[in-house]
Amino acid sequence: MSIPLIQRSGADLAEALAAGETTSVELTRAFLDRIAAVDGAVHGFLHVDAEGALAAARAADERRGKGELASSLDGVPIAVKDVLATTGMPTTCGSRILEGWVPPYDATVVARLRAAGLPILGKTNMDEFAMGSSTEQSAYGPTHNPWDLDRSPGGSGGGSAAAVAAFEAPLAMGTDTGGSIRQPGALTGTVGLKPTYGGISRYGLVAMANSLDQAGPVTRTVLDASLLHEIVAGHDPLDSTSIDQPVPPVVQAARDGAAGNLAGVKIGVVTELGGEGYQPGVQQRFDQAVELLVAAGAEVVQVTCPNLEHALAAYYLIMPSEASSNLARFDAMRYGLRVMPEGVASPSAEEVMRATRDAGFGDEVKRRIIIGTYALSSGYYDAYYGQAQKVRTLIDRDFERAFKKVDVLLSPTSPTTAFKLGEKLDDPLAMYLNDIATIPANLAGLPGMSVPVGVTEEDGLPVGLQVLAPALADDHLYLVGAAAEALLEQQWGGPMLEPDRLDKKLDKVVAR
Amino acid sequence: MPETAGSTPSERADHRVEISRDEVRHLADLARIELDDAELDHLAPQLSVILESVASIRDVAADDIPPTSHPLPVVNVFREDVVRPSLTAEEALSGAPLVEGQRFAVPRILGDEQ
Repeated sequence: MSIPLIQRSGADLAEALAAGETTSVELTRAFLDRIAAVDGAVHGFLHVDAEGALAAARAADERRGKGELASSLDGVPIAVKDVLATTGMPTTCGSRILEGWVPPYDATVVARLRAAGLPILGKTNMDEFAMGSSTEQSAYGPTHNPWDLDRSPGGSGGGSAAAVAAFEAPLAMGTDTGGSIRQPGALTGTVGLKPTYGGISRYGLVAMANSLDQAGPVTRTVLDASLLHEIVAGHDPLDSTSIDQPVPPVVQAARDGAAGNLAGVKIGVVTELGGEGYQPGVQQRFDQAVELLVAAGAEVVQVTCPNLEHALAAYYLIMPSEASSNLARFDAMRYGLRVMPEGVASPSAEEVMRATRDAGFGDEVKRRIIIGTYALSSGYYDAYYGQAQKVRTLIDRDFERAFKKVDVLLSPTSPTTAFKLGEKLDDPLAMYLNDIATIPANLAGLPGMSVPVGVTEEDGLPVGLQVLAPALADDHLYLVGAAAEALLEQQWGGPMLEPDRLDKKLDKVVAR
Repeated sequence: MPETAGSTPSERADHRVEISRDEVRHLADLARIELDDAELDHLAPQLSVILESVASIRDVAADDIPPTSHPLPVVNVFREDVVRPSLTAEEALSGAPLVEGQRFAVPRILGDEQ
């Protein structure tokens, strides 16, 4: 019996297309049908573009008929986080201030997806301007974790992760400023990867914190992540921080890793990113995954990075500082919302700005803008922002020292499994702690991946293994990530993520 | 928290950060966000808690450490000074709240005090 189309990986779908077993139109329809059936319950999408996706699918089928292929994933559909600018589709960033805004240009990532022939199914939900770790800060309502609809899929890219986990899309693009690809990956049992800073163009990625933001793939398999990575990565003259070097051999590394042989690979377990504060089941699955890698030939050592203790504080100063400056562009003048203040006969531009930004921004965005404004104001700059930048140097040095000894560093991706919606919503600090293990990679610009390593005994929810590598060595992540995936799937007898593991309520909506 | 003798104010191990309603109002003012009383009541205590949690950064001894603003070295990027395709005026104005002629129409920019 053949596996239903929506359950197959992107690579498998590409093979099915090549074998003439299906068409891009047929499989794009299959995913659109799945979205129509379950997204009312999941709310992974803010906008679905059936017409556009099917038109792109028809074009892909025509190319294939002529024997012309635009890429390895030509004709395989994808979902895109709503923070990447798309012509012909709204780009809201999960914010009221951009409700209904249709950008006049495509982000480079989006342009590359289109050029590679991937039909874009729609735009996925996110915390407003990517500020959050639960997708509950979206102005358009939260996304629900497909494993348990009462729980959060993580954030900010909960929409992309949930859509992929719920088989609404085989692939998605996310963005990661402090863990927004990796933490939702861990919480939904999907693969998420943040490349080296500068590895993928930020042109058309609506900025939260320029020095931290990075786009990356969200998939169900490590190989799919590498195929997608290869398509969207590489130098872009439109982004001055884009790395002008060849893309690391990520696809080859994923294929090599799948052989499950890690002889000669040195892995370091980061002492500071585990143990106390980490849920027992998370720690247990992490430890077991490390044992498995050791059994596959890897050499493991314990590594300390003492300055990671300050990473959260440094991040929650640097990020809001950059965000407060970036979000100044939402001024009600050139695009987006314009709200006239009540009871003012002839309001000034400044009064309109104030009223618009009050009405258009949610709580978390306001909190971060105000913290950033505070940290950058004279008298506090040196003590906060300046000091945070120095700590960033110390964290860099810790990683540099560690990578002299090992090829990759490992930790749990997130200290806990998926938490209940509403549980941390009005407790910013509890929410911020979700990203304690993912933030350091953003501060240092390192590539990082989350791979599913099982579900816990206590709650049956997914756990992610985080792999970090030196800058520009993204291929190391794929080697080790693919090895972990292959070895675990051997143990499990198949992939961890399957429709019958998801919330039973989803079966009911499908059957209806 | 003990106070470190002889330290400068910015390095004091004093993590109590109280950010008053008035300060929040002032910061929101600088950031051009109108906050009503209910929002100030809601946000001010949260901001104090957040700032308190990051205040430990002041105690990290890093005087001789250079700051990092960017994970990879940033260099100026230039391109040839040639005309290339760009947005048309219509495209650039497509998202504008209000357009007049081929321009963004904005509220008055001079206040009574100017």
